[in-house]
Amino acid sequence: MIINGVQIDDTFAEAFNMRATRVIITAQNLCWAHHAASAMTGFATSVIGCGVEAGIEREISPEHTPDGRPGVSVLLFAMGSAVLMKQLETRMGQCVLTCPTAAAFSGIEGSSDTVTRIGLGRNLRFFGDGFQISKQFGGKRYWRVPVMDGEFLTEETTGMVRAIGGGNFLVLAISQPQALAACEAAIEAMRKVPSVIMPFPGGVVRSGSKVGSRYKSMFASTNDAFCPTLKGLTRTELSADIESVMEIVIDGLTEVAIRKATYAGIAAVCALGAQNGIKRISAGNYGGKLGQFQMHLHDIMTDASLKEDNA
Amino acid sequence: MSAALTLTLKMVPVQRIDLSALTPDTLANKTVTEIAAIQLPYGKKQIAVADTFNLSGSDPSRLTIRNSHAKLDHIGARMQSGSITVEGDAGSYLGFQMRGGQLTVKGNVDAYAASGLAGGLLHIQGNAGDFLAAAIVGDKKGMQGGTVIVTGNAGARAGDQMRRGILLIEGNTGDYCASRMLAGTIGVLGRVGKYAGYGMRRGTLLLHSTPELHATLRDCGTHNLPFLRLMFKSFGQLPGRFATLNGSRAHRYAGDIANDGKGEILILE
Repeated sequence: MIINGVQIDDTFAEAFNMRATRVIITAQNLCWAHHAASAMTGFATSVIGCGVEAGIEREISPEHTPDGRPGVSVLLFAMGSAVLMKQLETRMGQCVLTCPTAAAFSGIEGSSDTVTRIGLGRNLRFFGDGFQISKQFGGKRYWRVPVMDGEFLTEETTGMVRAIGGGNFLVLAISQPQALAACEAAIEAMRKVPSVIMPFPGGVVRSGSKVGSRYKSMFASTNDAFCPTLKGLTRTELSADIESVMEIVIDGLTEVAIRKATYAGIAAVCALGAQNGIKRISAGNYGGKLGQFQMHLHDIMTDASLKEDNA
Repeated sequence: MSAALTLTLKMVPVQRIDLSALTPDTLANKTVTEIAAIQLPYGKKQIAVADTFNLSGSDPSRLTIRNSHAKLDHIGARMQSGSITVEGDAGSYLGFQMRGGQLTVKGNVDAYAASGLAGGLLHIQGNAGDFLAAAIVGDKKGMQGGTVIVTGNAGARAGDQMRRGILLIEGNTGDYCASRMLAGTIGVLGRVGKYAGYGMRRGTLLLHSTPELHATLRDCGTHNLPFLRLMFKSFGQLPGRFATLNGSRAHRYAGDIANDGKGEILILE
């Protein structure tokens, strides 16, 4: 399969079951909502070392936020529910409670087989040292915590759902700047897809890994088959003209959301195409042995339902 | 769909009649004949439904009481679903321990309305007597949840020992409004009497004008309180004047510090 001169490998991304939650953060203006959200989703590129993978999903206009102020939604993903709950509480307390004018609300509603309520502001109330006030209305409970700038308002719980992490594709280019430009274009398109985040810095990871290492203490190491400076030295996957490879990893609330984001990203890369130095698109997997999901690139790029004006 | 079960009062009660047996839940799956035979406590005696009311219609999930009277007590007691519409006045203990559904009274009601109410919507389109949403004598907790709206005035001790829920009064209240309040939210668009918030533990009393406050309610200044905007938004679907409240700025009095002092009286700007 070739799109605008770019070869699409006949391979698949291997993805995993995760747990996820969404939080809506509002503030006096969008700038401060971003401050709170960026802090909350900072140092959250990979569950391996950061506990969670997190990012800003999208901006929300005042008409659509619970309190009528500008806001953003953030998504957090973790391998288990206990980790997710703990990380959510810590990040809320250190990054949203602390941010001027910020308030936090549930981003996933309801309680059912598929949605579990988890603490959002529930344990932050103790910061109020006895002066905190609970308010219940509209079927929800909120906590008002007196703070120096006024009152910190937060909903007591948000919803946790099963989700998927590790969707990915690799961009193989004839130069590093061209690989980066292609990934930037991909991320810009992918940010319009709801229910997904791309957790690495700027959404892109340059240090894709493989399972295993010569060092007993490390279970992952550089994916030498895709390292351009090792083309002559290792069992390389790269042709002679490839000088740089970058990877985009996608976590999403549903498989469809990840597939949509993958489509949008690859389409944006292919729009730049071979004339802009992009030779190939591939994907990372473990032979299908570890993950619960396989997202085949050819399936995705021929699925017309994935191509849509974003909701 | 069959017509709403309508009970039209056909006698003038001398003693008080207890209507707690007549709710959509207790009457479900009963035939009109069975309903007509139900005996209601009447003073120290009993009276059959058939001797008290003329019956028409058959669907008890939408119960209507016509020509109602101030001696009809316990209307809607413990109801869990459906609707009751009362045309005329109602007696005491209206909506007692109500759990759900909708109860509307197009008239005035007596004492202890909404006591122990835990869910659903109670709308009194007239005045309410004393101890609205309060604990009955011997109980330690009043209204426990749900929403109560009073279009007219309320008497003394409105919200006394209220535990949770939303109580909205468009008119005035008597003295001791929100006394010993445990939690929840009371809003009064008119005036409150003296000793508002007397012995308040927690909870919020929302007012439009500053009443005469006793010494253990402490001035905390004027603030923007974000929760107000959210709460007013949740009132948007309710009948009456509270649906159009907006704003988030209020003068805060905290107290009653003679009790736990975690409550507040907010005077909306």
